[in-house]
Amino acid sequence: MTQVSPAAARPTVQPGEIVVTGVTKSYGAAGRSKDVVRDCTFTIERGKLTVMIGPSGCGKSTLIRLLAGFERPTSGTVQLDGQPVTGPDRDRLVVFQETALFPWMTTYDNILYGPRARGEVTRETLDFAEFLLNKVGLQEFRNKYPLQLSGGMQRRAELARAMINNPRVMVLDEPFRGLDAMTKELMWEYYSRLVEESGRTNFFVTTDIDEAVFLADRLLVMSNIPTQVRAVVEVDLPRPRRLTDMVESDRANEIKREALSILHAEAMRSFARGSKAAADFVEAYLKRANRA
Amino acid sequence: MAARMGRMLTSRTLWRGVASILIFLVLWEIGSRSKQWMAPEMFAPLKALLGALGFKKDYLPWIGTVPAPSGVLAAWLEVVGSAGYWQSWYMSFFRVMGGFVAAMLVGIPFGLMLAVSRTANGIFFPTFEVLRPIPPLAWVPASIIFWPTQELSITFVTFLGAFYTIVINVLGGARSIDVRYFQAAQSMGSSGWDIFRRIILPGTLPSIVVGSAVGMGITWEVVVAAEMISGGGSQQAGTGGGLGFFIWNSYVGGSYEQIVVGMISIGIAGYFSSELLRWLGKYVTPWLRVR
Repeated sequence: MTQVSPAAARPTVQPGEIVVTGVTKSYGAAGRSKDVVRDCTFTIERGKLTVMIGPSGCGKSTLIRLLAGFERPTSGTVQLDGQPVTGPDRDRLVVFQETALFPWMTTYDNILYGPRARGEVTRETLDFAEFLLNKVGLQEFRNKYPLQLSGGMQRRAELARAMINNPRVMVLDEPFRGLDAMTKELMWEYYSRLVEESGRTNFFVTTDIDEAVFLADRLLVMSNIPTQVRAVVEVDLPRPRRLTDMVESDRANEIKREALSILHAEAMRSFARGSKAAADFVEAYLKRANRA
Repeated sequence: MAARMGRMLTSRTLWRGVASILIFLVLWEIGSRSKQWMAPEMFAPLKALLGALGFKKDYLPWIGTVPAPSGVLAAWLEVVGSAGYWQSWYMSFFRVMGGFVAAMLVGIPFGLMLAVSRTANGIFFPTFEVLRPIPPLAWVPASIIFWPTQELSITFVTFLGAFYTIVINVLGGARSIDVRYFQAAQSMGSSGWDIFRRIILPGTLPSIVVGSAVGMGITWEVVVAAEMISGGGSQQAGTGGGLGFFIWNSYVGGSYEQIVVGMISIGIAGYFSSELLRWLGKYVTPWLRVR
């Protein structure tokens, strides 16, 4: 365990690096099994916000379960700072789609879940909890149950619940899905500020190209099933980012076009093979292209 | 509190409820008295019509044989002062609570065990599923033979009434807890007893409440029938043996008003039991009454 200086409410962030090497994951009985992820290799760089984008149903959630350690790869390795991932652990915390706050606990109890589970409730942890409550703007909602919070508040509470465990990597699986457009954009600004301040390694999965470009330091563009990294795009936009700047930025639009053309090519290829997900994607892509 | 009472008294729902009960009582009274009222000659054609339809001719079908609410009230006033009537209440309540509390104490841990342990599930669930379809009342004769006292055998049958429902609800509830809650808890360093205490138990509570409410209803159904069949512990001479036996005794004695008194007493007892459970249920699941 790291020592926490009694004065500082915030424990030091130790950003981690995840290396995925030749990972294959297949489901089904031997002989009739189907590869969802095949020979997938990529790195989630230390202290950076890596965004993974790909069509829905392309196996991203499977990859997340492998990173989190809920499942083991069929072959290949997942390593955090050189150590193989063998199971779920507080150093790789997942923020789920929709919300996975425990409905029977108040905001405050939800946030303190991890420290209590590990028997690490100290003065410093409680101070850090207060700091986080303030940080995510839920000080007044500490004694409310998740059902009493709005969608945006729920996501913020969940970010706080993950951050109090001071993980080396935060893994976010389409965390802002299901929020309305306005709230979603507010959450982007809010979340990217959190990441910029903490310097933590973040891995963010999405299907939304605007979200991806706004947030990412590095963008991993994924193929259809079986999942592989099709391209890596470095998003060299200045931080801190603001939505208004992003809309006007030529560089942002250029990156968006680049990523979309890769996704488009990928979808076309799958479309030729008769994938339904690809058909949906092509339709969505054409709509977006017409709008642009 | 006072404001809440005030709102309750002015709420339409309350007055609709009161009106509903009053209208029911009035129609019932009219139906019961139809025998006297239809005596005059002017009702002859109607009586002939009813006769042609196959009903007895001198009163409205069915309801005409039932004692009127006024008669029932009179019968109730007669018994309300007697110790035997309240003794019946007490005995039925005692058996219901005994069986129900035993069913909770055994059923909740048993259901949770079936949910969390694959081994326990493999060992116990098949037997449980074979015994479950047997109606509790089919257990009455066997139960009288097995248990040393009649009291215990009736309580055992009421226990069975609630037990299966509670176990099935607990099992289903625990199984339907979102897998992401477990994953989140595990990631944050929680395991074993901590997951059980802070995830499985509260996650199952709403199902425990529902299962208990349904189980309580079945318990009242069962206790009354069990009392009727077994003679309600009639060895305790002079006191009667529960509301079921009270009804049966009134039937044998030919006091039809008292039968209805017994029925309504059960209705009221069941209502209060359910209210008590609902209140307890809200108390233990505060996160569900928010919004």
